[in-house]
Amino acid sequence: MSDEPVRPKPYVGLFSQVSPSDRLRLRGIIDFVIERLIQFAGVSTIFIVGLIFFFLIREGLPAFLDIPLRQLFGGRWYPIDDFFGLWPLIVGSILVTVGAIVIAIPLGLTTAIYLGEFAPQWQREILKPLIEVLAGIPSIVLGFLGWVVLAPIVQRLGAPTGLTVFTGSLILAYMSLPTIISISEDALYAVPKEYRDGALAIGATQWQAVWRVVLPSARSGLVIAIMLGIGRAIGETMAVMMVTGNAANVPGLGLDMLFQPVRTMTATIAAEMGEVAQGSLHYSVLFAIGIVLFVITFGINSLAGRLMGTQAGRRRKENI
Amino acid sequence: MTRQQAHQLAVGLISAVAALVVIPIVLVILFIIVRGIGTLDWEFITTVPRSGMKEGGIMPAILGTVILTFGTAIACIPLAIGAAIYLAEYARDTRLTRWVRLAIVNLAGIPSIVYGLFGLGAFVLFLNLGTSIIAGSLTLGIMTLPVVISTAEEAILAVPQRFRMVSLSLGATRWQTIRSQVLPQAMPGIITGVILGLSRAAGETAPILFTVSAFYLPRLPHSIFDQTMALPYHLYVISTQVPDMPLSIQYGTALVLMLIVLSLTLIASIVRTKMRRRREW
Repeated sequence: MSDEPVRPKPYVGLFSQVSPSDRLRLRGIIDFVIERLIQFAGVSTIFIVGLIFFFLIREGLPAFLDIPLRQLFGGRWYPIDDFFGLWPLIVGSILVTVGAIVIAIPLGLTTAIYLGEFAPQWQREILKPLIEVLAGIPSIVLGFLGWVVLAPIVQRLGAPTGLTVFTGSLILAYMSLPTIISISEDALYAVPKEYRDGALAIGATQWQAVWRVVLPSARSGLVIAIMLGIGRAIGETMAVMMVTGNAANVPGLGLDMLFQPVRTMTATIAAEMGEVAQGSLHYSVLFAIGIVLFVITFGINSLAGRLMGTQAGRRRKENI
Repeated sequence: MTRQQAHQLAVGLISAVAALVVIPIVLVILFIIVRGIGTLDWEFITTVPRSGMKEGGIMPAILGTVILTFGTAIACIPLAIGAAIYLAEYARDTRLTRWVRLAIVNLAGIPSIVYGLFGLGAFVLFLNLGTSIIAGSLTLGIMTLPVVISTAEEAILAVPQRFRMVSLSLGATRWQTIRSQVLPQAMPGIITGVILGLSRAAGETAPILFTVSAFYLPRLPHSIFDQTMALPYHLYVISTQVPDMPLSIQYGTALVLMLIVLSLTLIASIVRTKMRRRREW
């Protein structure tokens, strides 16, 4: 009696009726299935990028086949008369994006430096959530404000219309700021504390330490931040559509081109897709614009992803 | 100018620029609240639009956005968490893994309007779902994947290695370890990521332009194959497509949209701080 082994409590669950050896085998099968599912989920991300490209090509290819390339990238966008020249739209996107980036880089990097290096803790605790909030404000709300508030102000400044490159750039700049700030702040944070301490120890002021030591060592991270900011700006749709005036023309070179209406690639898709007959040439051209956008952002992000990869690799090596 | 003066000048300039970033954010939020709060009453959020949307409420649009957000959650959560577990627990540094990471970076960077085109080509036309809640939810769900994957992966990686070791040493299989030790510990972080992703989806307009949105549909959708109004698109419609729209309704709609999105963001950050305090390691 007494030397009977103490039995563990019987396992009560899904498989309590199954004999122990079968239970082990079952467990193995379940693990196998679940692990395959998990692996499938991971790999499916590649598959999804492929699918997106496939469907863009499927609907957009006729545009490249039916319209001579010279005309497709020509200077006239006038769909009603079958003029599908993407050049004005590309120029529009580039102008607005460059404007946004010129505004956003100094603002974003400086704010990141302030948050990462100079701001006292209590300010950081207020400012960081606030910037997250900016990232959370829907683009349509900012576009709406640009439309009803900012555009009239720009017009009062002397522009012929309030819906201009500048208006779009200003709003886009603030929309890409959260991306730029958070990634460049991470880059500053990743600079080892010893670098700063070393600089301060040999008598540099805090500003000198930041300018001469911290910023150069965070350089690649800052470049990534700017690139992702550009990617974000070039793909923005709703706000840009509402405030850039949607005129498909190529403004003449000069400073006043900032105060002329343009039309971006994204806005063209959003504004015209609702009106075209499915399967028409115009419809395929809109998908072709999507292909151009996809290729541009894919290029920018792959490059940024590459840089991130090498950066992470370098950091790992340093840690070993 | 001495070095000290240069330092002070630099700090002064930097703080001024930081203020230039922060102050407009506060102004934008306050402005929308001040201009919109007068419109916001029970009738506005519980009745359907009347007389060409110029009177009445925006209830169908609010409900549409809520439904779409749930649909997005259903479409994206299983795949996103699976991918996050794969990256954090199973993936070794192989070429395949690097491709998966590259794919996620790219998914995060694809413009929202391109997602809209994809949804139109793949779900609305190819799968023949029509402009419907399900087509829109799938589109938004795929768009939300990268945000959720990255935050969930980070949350899983943050669980200390010793939890896994103890569990494995007690004879648990790898999946049992993940399910009973790692995931419960990582759950707050995962939930934060999901809510953040959903808050983005709720505010998006471009992906739903051609996949769900009804210009004007003053009733509730009958099924997931029905169209629906949605707040962001409704704001676009009433501010640019309808002439002589009263400004008060436009500001009211903008305020409701902003409140929904920002309260989701707020919930996410509350979950994060609350759970961080309760953390066992």
